[in-house]
Amino acid sequence: MKVLVAVKRVIDYNVKVRVKNDGSGIDLANVKMSMNPFDEIAIEEAVRLKEAGIVTEVIAVSCGLTACQETLRNAMAIGADRGILVETEVELQPLAVAKLLQALVVKEAPQLVILGKQAIDDDANQTGQMLAALLDWPQATFASKVVIADGHALVTREVDGGLETLQLDLPLVITTDLRLNTPRYATLPNIMKAKKKPLAVLKPAELGVDVSPRIATLKVLEPAKRKAGVKVADVAQLIDKLKNEAKVI
Amino acid sequence: MNILVIAEHDNASLKAATLNAVTAAVKIGGEVDVLVAGANCAAVAQAAAQITGVSKVKLAEAACYAEQTAENAAALIISLAAGYTHILAPATSHGKNTLPRVAALLDVAQISDIVEVVSPDTFVRPIYAGNAMATVQSSDQIKVITVRTTGFDAAENGGNATIEAVAAAAQSGKTKLVNRELTKSLRPELVAAKVIVSGGRGLGSGENYHAVLEPLADKLGAALGASRAAVDAGFVPNDYQVGQTGKIVAPQLYIAIGISGAIQHLAGMKDSKVIVAINKDPDAPIFQVADYGLVADLFQAVPELTAAL
Repeated sequence: MKVLVAVKRVIDYNVKVRVKNDGSGIDLANVKMSMNPFDEIAIEEAVRLKEAGIVTEVIAVSCGLTACQETLRNAMAIGADRGILVETEVELQPLAVAKLLQALVVKEAPQLVILGKQAIDDDANQTGQMLAALLDWPQATFASKVVIADGHALVTREVDGGLETLQLDLPLVITTDLRLNTPRYATLPNIMKAKKKPLAVLKPAELGVDVSPRIATLKVLEPAKRKAGVKVADVAQLIDKLKNEAKVI
Repeated sequence: MNILVIAEHDNASLKAATLNAVTAAVKIGGEVDVLVAGANCAAVAQAAAQITGVSKVKLAEAACYAEQTAENAAALIISLAAGYTHILAPATSHGKNTLPRVAALLDVAQISDIVEVVSPDTFVRPIYAGNAMATVQSSDQIKVITVRTTGFDAAENGGNATIEAVAAAAQSGKTKLVNRELTKSLRPELVAAKVIVSGGRGLGSGENYHAVLEPLADKLGAALGASRAAVDAGFVPNDYQVGQTGKIVAPQLYIAIGISGAIQHLAGMKDSKVIVAINKDPDAPIFQVADYGLVADLFQAVPELTAAL
């Protein structure tokens, strides 16, 4: 069976983001961009399923600017077999991405779609669930363990207060949580090999999808700064402050 | 305006996160209804009916809602959506799992994790792990929203809403719950606790984590939390994790012990009322957000603090 994996190009998670002075957004100029960490986990999981003989082909998909081709090459260096870029300059919101992925699922007929649970830029945590709804497929979000056997998936999910395990029919959508796996480093030979793997480029219109944004960002500001307090000399002073100044104990 | 708030519960009791979502709904304005979907959950509906500001409680009881899978919950919400201008749920794992499905089926965007209501169509939400706050405006007919619970006070009790039974919607047979292992603890839940004692990599091991922090947490009646570094190092399970990718908390008192204060940890606790940091590194970033910082060896300071309380 085929598996489709969605990967997003975001500001590298180690970069300290800067809000633009005019409040119009985040400064992306000359900032290191990388694959969304949760999506890296998604690719790794798909590649492991292929190595286990459960999956025959791993297709990486990215939606956005031409530069997302780099992200797809990274996915192919980890082990994806080919890439598809849905190229557009339009700011893509989760519903639009879910519709693009839906159109690709119809075209490619995978039995499984794996996505990161959220992207570390807009922190929306929506696309996987939306895609599952549009396809009328079951979903297993926030996965920390995936087992596929006998036409079912057994997925352990990280939920408030603990873990739950679901049995789901295929085809399905899975979104990854941090502890699903630790992605491998792409080796130099695999990076070289990835450059030769097929990468198709499509436009949203070719998939018949309207990607117009539904939500307008009016302004982006720095969060209110919490001012640093005082250093206390010892435990006795700490207790005194908590009792008499803050009055929290 | 008519607003539907999806209640968070475990079929036995209403979860506090619902109260914060109701406050957000009241700020939007208009009639506020609460949907309780579950099995044998009449007590939950009774509790929801007592929340101040709620007009009506819609109670959907059926076996297929016992496990609260996203597929069945979303189908039910869609069947009730007509007439509502806003559909809200707390941004818990259940809310996050279910609401995007609802939004997609209604062909509307979702606004995740709001912390402020500016107007009925405009909201503030954190992006980039809370390093920026975006004010966003929705042009959709129905606004589907998850509410970050720490952004809103809990609604009070004192209401007397009517409870109305609603019919179950079509159910999906594609998902079955096999097992649920909830961490059993006599301590308060992390997201609802008034006091949290949280430990980081500075504790060195899981044994130290428990030996040093538990007596302090016992004295304070506190919940126990951890940084991602402590979770990654295997000191404690993942559900202890406070931070952008873990739990977002805002207790009255947050005591960070042996936690350096990585940005993603700060994102999960910086709305706490009072923050105490105990760390031997005077340059640790945690001190930049702490109200009271104690530069000390935690293995001496914490037992001393515990003994003195």
